[in-house]
Amino acid sequence: MTSSIFFSLSELAYMMAMVGYIAYLVFKRKGIGVAASAITIFGFSTQTMAIIKRWIESYPIKIVNEGDLLSKLLHSAPFSNLYESLILFTWTIILSYLIIEFRYKNRSFGAFVTPIAGIVLLFIDLTGMSKDIQPLMPALRSNWLIAHVILSFIAYATFAISFSTAIMYLIMTAEKRNEGFYIFWTSSVGLFLIVLIAMAIDFMTFRVAFRTPETFIKSYLFRATFLNQSTGISIMSWIVASGVLFLLWRFGYLLKRVLDTFSISIDTLDDITYKSIAVGFPVFGLGGLIFGGVWAAQAWGTYWSWDPKETWSLITWLVYAIYLHARVMRGWKGKKAVVIASVGFLIVIFTYLGVNLLLSGLHAYGEL
Amino acid sequence: MKEDIFTKGTNAIWKFFSSVTLTVTTLILFVLASIPGTIIEQGSPEKNLQLLTKVVGEGFAPKALNIIIGLGFLDAYHSWWFVVLLLLLTSNLTICTIDRFPNTWKAIKSPMGPLDDSSLINMPIKAEIRVKGNIEKTKELVSKSLKGHGYNLSEKRVDKTLHLYSQKGKYSRLGVYVVHASIILVLTGAMIGSIFGFKGFLNLPEGETYSVVIMKTGLLTQEEENEREYILNTIESVSGDFVRVSQVMGIEPAMLKSKLKRYGIRPLGFSIRCDDFEVDFYGNSDMPKEYKSWLTVIKEGKEVIKKAIKVNDPLTYNGITFYQSSYGLMPSLRHAKFVLNIKSNSGVSETKHFNFGDKFSIPGTGMEGVIGDFSPALGIDESGRAFTYAETMNNPAVLIEFIEKGKHKYSGWILKRYPTTWKLPEGHTVEFKDLWGAQYTGLQVGRDPGLWFVYAGFALMSVGFVLAFFRSHKKLWARLKEEKGEVIITMAGTANKNRFAFEREFEKRVKSVREG
Repeated sequence: MTSSIFFSLSELAYMMAMVGYIAYLVFKRKGIGVAASAITIFGFSTQTMAIIKRWIESYPIKIVNEGDLLSKLLHSAPFSNLYESLILFTWTIILSYLIIEFRYKNRSFGAFVTPIAGIVLLFIDLTGMSKDIQPLMPALRSNWLIAHVILSFIAYATFAISFSTAIMYLIMTAEKRNEGFYIFWTSSVGLFLIVLIAMAIDFMTFRVAFRTPETFIKSYLFRATFLNQSTGISIMSWIVASGVLFLLWRFGYLLKRVLDTFSISIDTLDDITYKSIAVGFPVFGLGGLIFGGVWAAQAWGTYWSWDPKETWSLITWLVYAIYLHARVMRGWKGKKAVVIASVGFLIVIFTYLGVNLLLSGLHAYGEL
Repeated sequence: MKEDIFTKGTNAIWKFFSSVTLTVTTLILFVLASIPGTIIEQGSPEKNLQLLTKVVGEGFAPKALNIIIGLGFLDAYHSWWFVVLLLLLTSNLTICTIDRFPNTWKAIKSPMGPLDDSSLINMPIKAEIRVKGNIEKTKELVSKSLKGHGYNLSEKRVDKTLHLYSQKGKYSRLGVYVVHASIILVLTGAMIGSIFGFKGFLNLPEGETYSVVIMKTGLLTQEEENEREYILNTIESVSGDFVRVSQVMGIEPAMLKSKLKRYGIRPLGFSIRCDDFEVDFYGNSDMPKEYKSWLTVIKEGKEVIKKAIKVNDPLTYNGITFYQSSYGLMPSLRHAKFVLNIKSNSGVSETKHFNFGDKFSIPGTGMEGVIGDFSPALGIDESGRAFTYAETMNNPAVLIEFIEKGKHKYSGWILKRYPTTWKLPEGHTVEFKDLWGAQYTGLQVGRDPGLWFVYAGFALMSVGFVLAFFRSHKKLWARLKEEKGEVIITMAGTANKNRFAFEREFEKRVKSVREG
């Protein structure tokens, strides 16, 4: 069996887990929750196996006959293009989630964390990005690669977790419809939902119905909805999207009642948000910025060149630095700090995908 | 009275600079100021003019470009507003440290003592355990349960009560200062690098020796460009002897120096030669596996170092480092040599160097070949015609016309990467071994005396991260009181960070005391 079978299995499991966790939130049956957890653990194990298999499969393709066994093993790590990095991202998110579920003995976070993994997996399938194992390009052949990439993604995963709990915190604390915080969380959740649904529709129309060959996201994304050739469908999509936003704004406060039944305190949510960032911030500083800098100094002769990817990574790190400082300020603890945490994750997404798609620079390995 | 206002004033300024509000505000401004440089292409007026023409129209574009340049957006990370923010951030960092450090130091250095009864009762994390026995036995019990967990117990007896107390991780309070100091160290290193170091590049053709590197300059006029070219040629023609350069050009050494500076020409103090450059590909694909340049450092006519550099594996000499950065094809094949191994069907073989257009003979036969054409990347289009698909040597090929007794016989492409094309119908082989002198290697060249400060900053930051985020200052107290043949142990604890984790740890310790 090849790694791709395991990847498909884990993908299916994560999708089912996402549905399961949301159903658990709605119906509050313990059985559904246990099943969702079991499926998540199954998905995680198969994905772990898939990554190991892919690592083994990569070995003969990525290796040049030089260096000792250790650096050969490091160089063949399956974390060197966009597809592999997204897989690593979902893997670290699910791992962090499972740790939290285990430590806090509460499954309600699942409905907020698994959709992030789901959206990533949909994005992979939808864009039809290359899943092939590619040989390493010269700049990536360094022992820093694995440390730089893995630590960055551990940090990204903790930031994703902090985003989920930050949004839950806002759901629980902001329920007045004219409140800025309420508008902020309903529109953030709304945007995520709209993007997820639009991508799912893209996926179904282009992949399932027409079975069009692999193409790039730049020409593909939202073609079934917002960017549809037919003006009617395009306008309809915008209306539906606005409708989703409106409905969330109108009835979003009901989510608080749902969450209330799970007896999670806002202090716990604040605590998880803070702790995730307190892990992610130093890990990102070390793995993303410091290791990246040392590597860049070795490869390009300068540890910092204000390349867009570097600059946006620094911005990400600084936004979380703002969060950490704001928390000790009087009047900023609570909602304001939590908003900074969620903005931080939106910037993470931009740093990760937006920079690769929109801005050019030295970090061109992540291109589709 | 006057003095009072003065003190008030300085106090206000001090407070302003040491406030977290300023930190957060400056950080937000710094983040916003970093964004334009990622969107506007840095340092290229031409590209931005094109873009602006599209956005604001041809008439207004040059004006808009001037405004953008004037505000420093084309060199955003060196513009005055960016530097001001950086300085503001650094002074805020420094003043915050001076302001808060004494208190932290006091908290670390102040000796720990027992808690009085009322403080003990008010501790948020506490537990009470009753055990049978006397105080001495119970003390053993408590110290046994804390042993091996980093707590060194102190004790104090007040009347019949025994106070035990201990703390650990007090230096973790320094974590935040260590991180801040490391940031200042990194910035210092960056400043040292930008003042005393340099960054340049060198496009070094195979077989050539250069003794200067080229650095970024401002926009030059055509005349200046020509003079720069002339100076560069003069330098290389006298192999980097600058006394002779000024003699040849008929100018004073001081004048030459200022011209070199103006044109971004920096003498290396030694010479560097590219002996060979090669790109390795994966199998038959166009995917590069490795870029390699064989470099030789020459000082006073002697070869000092030879090294093959690769990406991620540079060469350093005299504090100056050469990094493999790019490569390309020379505009002409004037200096290029075709290296061919010619082997006749009777087994006689020889390897020779040829120029473009040269004629060679196949040893022991009357057949001759003429090098008639060259393609750096030969491809075949749908109709079977040969064409060049890239401007780099991805698939070098040479077209050879074969002649026998002065008559054209046939001609064909011989591809370096495809041995099957080397064989001739008569059983001779012509192997295209290399084309030497047709490529240049693009080297980043630089010296950064601040690098070790930056690295020290990185190391310090890593230590600071651990102290600040993964360690906390924990204190434990235990009061032992004998009462009717029982000992009442009241345990309490605090931690300055991560209370949840500390509570769990506290519960474990309590449990181990309770269970003995």
